Amino acid sequence: MTRATTRPRTSLPTGTPAPVLSVRDLRISFPSESGPVEAVRGVSFDLLPGRTLGVVGESGSGKSATAMGIMGLLPPSAGLRGQVLLGGRDLAGLGDKALSDVRGKSIGMVFQDPLSALTPIFSVGRLLADTLRIHQDLTKRAAWEQAVELLDLVGIPDPRNRAGSFPHEFSGGMRQRVVIALAIANKPSVLVADEPTTALDVTVQAQILDVLRLAQKETGAGLVLITHDLGVVAGHADDIAVMYAGRFVERAGVDELFRRPVMPYTARLLAAVPTVDSGVHRPLAPIGGEPPALVDLPAGCPFASRCAVALDACRAAEPELRGITGHGDVACLRADEIADGSLDPAGTVTGDAQEPHSGRAATGDVVLRVEDLVKTFPVTKGAVLKRRVGTLHAVNRVSFELRAGETLGLVGESGSGKTTTLLEILRLKQPEGGRIEIAGTDVGAVGSAARIRELRRDVQIVMQDPLDALDPRLPVFQLLAEPLQAIGRDRESIRSRIRELLALVGLDEAVSDRFPAALSGGQRQRVGIARALATEPRLLVLDEPLSALDVSVQAGVINLLARLKRELALAYLVVAHDLAVVRYISDRIAVMYLGHIVETGDTETLFSDPKHPYTRALLSAIPVPDPQRERARERVVLEGEQPSATRVPAGCVFVDRCPLHRLADEEVRRRCRTERPAPVDVAGQPGHQYACHAV
Amino acid sequence: MATDVTYGAPSGAAADRPPEAAPPAWKNGRNLGLGRLYLRRFLRNRLAVAGVVIFVLLVLFSAFGGLFTPYTHSDADFAALTQPPSAAHWFGTNQGGNDVYASAVHGLQRSLVIAVSVSVLTIVVAAVIGSGAAYFGGRVERATLAVIHFLLVVPSFLILALVSHRLAGDWRVLIVVLTVFGWMSTARVIWSVSTSLRERDYVTAAEFMGVGALRIILRHLIPNLGSLLIVNLTLGVVATVLSETALSFLGFGVQTPDVSLGTMLADGASTVTSAPWLFAFPAGLVVLLTVSMTFIGDGLRDALDPTSVTGAAGGRR
Repeated sequence: MTRATTRPRTSLPTGTPAPVLSVRDLRISFPSESGPVEAVRGVSFDLLPGRTLGVVGESGSGKSATAMGIMGLLPPSAGLRGQVLLGGRDLAGLGDKALSDVRGKSIGMVFQDPLSALTPIFSVGRLLADTLRIHQDLTKRAAWEQAVELLDLVGIPDPRNRAGSFPHEFSGGMRQRVVIALAIANKPSVLVADEPTTALDVTVQAQILDVLRLAQKETGAGLVLITHDLGVVAGHADDIAVMYAGRFVERAGVDELFRRPVMPYTARLLAAVPTVDSGVHRPLAPIGGEPPALVDLPAGCPFASRCAVALDACRAAEPELRGITGHGDVACLRADEIADGSLDPAGTVTGDAQEPHSGRAATGDVVLRVEDLVKTFPVTKGAVLKRRVGTLHAVNRVSFELRAGETLGLVGESGSGKTTTLLEILRLKQPEGGRIEIAGTDVGAVGSAARIRELRRDVQIVMQDPLDALDPRLPVFQLLAEPLQAIGRDRESIRSRIRELLALVGLDEAVSDRFPAALSGGQRQRVGIARALATEPRLLVLDEPLSALDVSVQAGVINLLARLKRELALAYLVVAHDLAVVRYISDRIAVMYLGHIVETGDTETLFSDPKHPYTRALLSAIPVPDPQRERARERVVLEGEQPSATRVPAGCVFVDRCPLHRLADEEVRRRCRTERPAPVDVAGQPGHQYACHAV
Repeated sequence: MATDVTYGAPSGAAADRPPEAAPPAWKNGRNLGLGRLYLRRFLRNRLAVAGVVIFVLLVLFSAFGGLFTPYTHSDADFAALTQPPSAAHWFGTNQGGNDVYASAVHGLQRSLVIAVSVSVLTIVVAAVIGSGAAYFGGRVERATLAVIHFLLVVPSFLILALVSHRLAGDWRVLIVVLTVFGWMSTARVIWSVSTSLRERDYVTAAEFMGVGALRIILRHLIPNLGSLLIVNLTLGVVATVLSETALSFLGFGVQTPDVSLGTMLADGASTVTSAPWLFAFPAGLVVLLTVSMTFIGDGLRDALDPTSVTGAAGGRR
C-alpha cells in the first residue's frame, strides 16, 4: 500500500487548484413522528475542478439528502446546518431567491427520472433557451442557437429539428441527455448527478455515462456522482466516498478503495455484489441486520451491530474519519489493522452463504413449455372513437421450456417483451398465438374453472417491489393466508402452513402480526416469496425480484432463492435487467429483443462465448465494480435505443442497431434486411442457439 | 372535495428515497401502531380537536338534553305562546306554545340520526359501486359511469323534493331517498381513485393467487381507500344536514308533528324580526354541527395524509 497514488484518467493541473465546492460538516435532519431523523450527520469534502467524487450508499444512507442539501432543494421542514462553500460563498444560509441565482448557473443537477425532471408542456429547445436566458443576457434567437448546440453536444441526432420536440417525444435515454444538456447549459463549475442512470437500461446507461463524462470535460466542472451501483462509480469516479447512516465512513481514491476496502462495511458491500465477469462463482456473503434508524442513534459506530470485527470500543464512541497511510480516510477503529492486511474485515462469518449455483443438474420433468407464443396489442388513436392505427408486437413467436429444479433467466432491455411473456403465462388462458403448457397441461385446452384453479396452485409470482405487492392494510399473517384461503384450506391448516412458510424463508414468527410498512426491504421480499410458496407451486415466476432491494440485502435473498430451489425442486422463470444477478441465479438464459428470443444457452457458455451481437453488447455494457478491469476491458457500445415494437423490421429485428450488420458484406446485409434469422445451434455447445445471419 | 388526499405509501420504485419518506411509524425497531400515529397527528390540529369537542357536546345535548326540561317537543303550553326565553322555557316558545328547547333537542336528534345514517349508507353504496366499476373495468365500468353521470345531471334536489313529499315525510323514508340521490358524486371520486389502486401490484398478485373478484374489492380495494372514505363520511354529514334542513325548510322533508332543525328554521324564518329566538337557536345548532364536522373532516384528512405538512411538521403551519 505504499505505492504512489496514480490518477490514470484525469491528470491534475500543476499546483493545487482551489476546490470548486467545499462542504463542511453538513448536517440535515427531517422532522418525523418519532423525533428528528438525522439523515446527514456531518459530511465534509472538497471537490476539485474536473474531478469526480462518487458517493455510494444504500437507500436511507443520506446520499440523496446530501445532494439536495448542496442544491438547496430540501423541503422547508428540513433542518440544515454546516457550510456549503461554492467559490467562497456559503450557500447554506441563503434564501431561495439568492439560491436560484446559483442553481443552474454555478451548480447543475442531473436527476434520476428524466421524465419528471422536464416540464412536459415546453419543447426541449424552449426549456434550454429559458435556462440560458435566466442566467445570461441573450436574445431569444441566440439562446435557441445555443440550445441547438447543446443538444448536439449531448448527442441528440438532428438537433435543429428535435429542439422543437416535447419531452414525451423522446425516449428515456434521449431525455436524460436533455437533462444533462440543461445541467451544463450555463457552464456550471459543479455538477450534481443523483442516480443519473438508475431509471435507464444497461446499454443506455453506458451511453449516458459517456455523455456525462463528455459534459464534464466540456465544462471542466467538478462532478458529484451519487449512486448505489458500485460498478458505475468504479469506471467513472476519481474518488469515492462510502456513506453509511448519514456519514462518510470511507473516502479514498477509486483504485485504493476497490483494491483493498478498509472500512468493514465497504468490504462487505463489495463481497455482496454479484459480478458478471468472474468465471468462478464465489458465494455471496450478505451483510446481516439492517442499517440503523436515524432517530436517536445510540452511541458508537452505527455499523457495529452488523460488523464481524467490532470491538467493545466500537460500541462506546463513534469513530471519526481519519487518514490511513496510503488509503485516504476511514472511520473505523481497526482501520490500520485492516489496511496492512493483518485483519480480514469480513471476519469469520460465513452466514448462510452457500454455493448458490447448482450447475446444470436439472433433469426433472418439464414444468413449463411455451411454443410460438404471440401477443400483440392494438395501438389506437382518438379519445371518443378509437381507431386502430397499428399493432404492437410485444411477444413474437417465443418458445422455451423449463424443467423442475431449473432456472431460466429472461433478459433484455425494457420493451423487449419479457414481462409480457410472464403475464401471458400467468394469465392461464389460451394465448393469442402458440401454446402454453404447464406441468403437461395445455392451458388453452382446459375448459373447467376448477381445473384452472388447480393450475393456479402450480404457478405463482414474486413481484418486483414488495412494498407495492403486499397490501399495506393487511398484517403478514393475513397476507400469507390469502392464497391458502383462495384454494379453500381450513383455518387450522392455514395456521400451521404459515408457521412452516415463515420458517422456510427465514423469518421470525413474530413478524406475522406486523404490517408490511413495519418490515425492512429484505423481510418484505421474504414475505412475498413465502406468499408465492404458500400453495406449493412447481413453477415460480420472478419479475425483477431483486431490483428493489439494497445490495447488502440482495445477497441474502439470492441465497434464499437458491436454497428453496434445491429443497423444493422448484422451477424458476426469472425476469431481470441486472445481468450480474441473472448470471448468479440462472442455469439457462434467454436474451430477448423486440419480442424475439435472439439467443439462448447455458449461463456459463452464454457469458463466456456470446454469439449474437446484441448479447455481446448487452454483456459489455454492464459496469464492473473493479476500476482496473473496468477501464481495460473492451466495450461494444450500442448506438440508439430499442425501437418501438409497432414497426418491427421485416428481417432481423436487431438490424438497425447491429454493429456486425454495418461491417458485413452485401449478401449478408441483404439477408439481414429481408429474412428473419432462424435459431442456429452452436456446434459443441448443446442448448446454445442464436439467431443471426452475420456471425 | 377530498380528491387531493394521497392514498397509501408512495411507491417504492425509486431506488433511493430521502429518509422523510421512510415509514414514519418506525422507531428503534418498534412499531408505533398506525392508529396511535393517526391519533397523534389528529390531536395536533387544534381546530379538529375543537370540532370533536363541539360534536360530542351536540350529541350529548341531543341525547340527554331532554332530561333537563319537563316538556317534550309536542307538548303545547297554551299559557305561553311566542314567549321569549325565560326560566320556564329556556329557549322560549313558538306560536303554538311548543317549548323551543325541547324541540331543538328533538330536532337535533332527528337531524343527526338522518345525517349520520345517510352519509354512512352513501359511503357504503358509493364505495361498492365505485370500486366495483373500477375493478371490473370494460363494459361494467362504462355502464356504471353512464348511470352516475346521468344521475349527476338530473336536478336531483327537485326530484328529491317531489318524491319525499309524496312519501308523507316519514324520516326513515327520507334517509332512503337522500341516499338514493346522494351517492353519485362520491362514487365518482371513489371510482377515479380505485382505477389507480386497481393497477397496484398487490391487486394483480391477488388475482394470480386466484382470489375472487368480490373478495379483492372488499379486502384490497376498499380498505385502501380508508382515508378517503372517512373524510368523505364526515363531510357527507355536513352535506346531508344541509340538504335535510333545506328540504324540511321548504316543507318537503320531515313533516309536523315531527320536528327537525329544518322545520324549526322554516317556522322561525317568518318571525325573525318579531321573535328572533325561534330562528336563532336552531340556526345556531346547524352552524355548530356543520362547522364541527368540517373541522373534524379537515383534521382527519391531514392526519391520514402522509404528505401533509401540518401533520408531519409538528403543527408548524
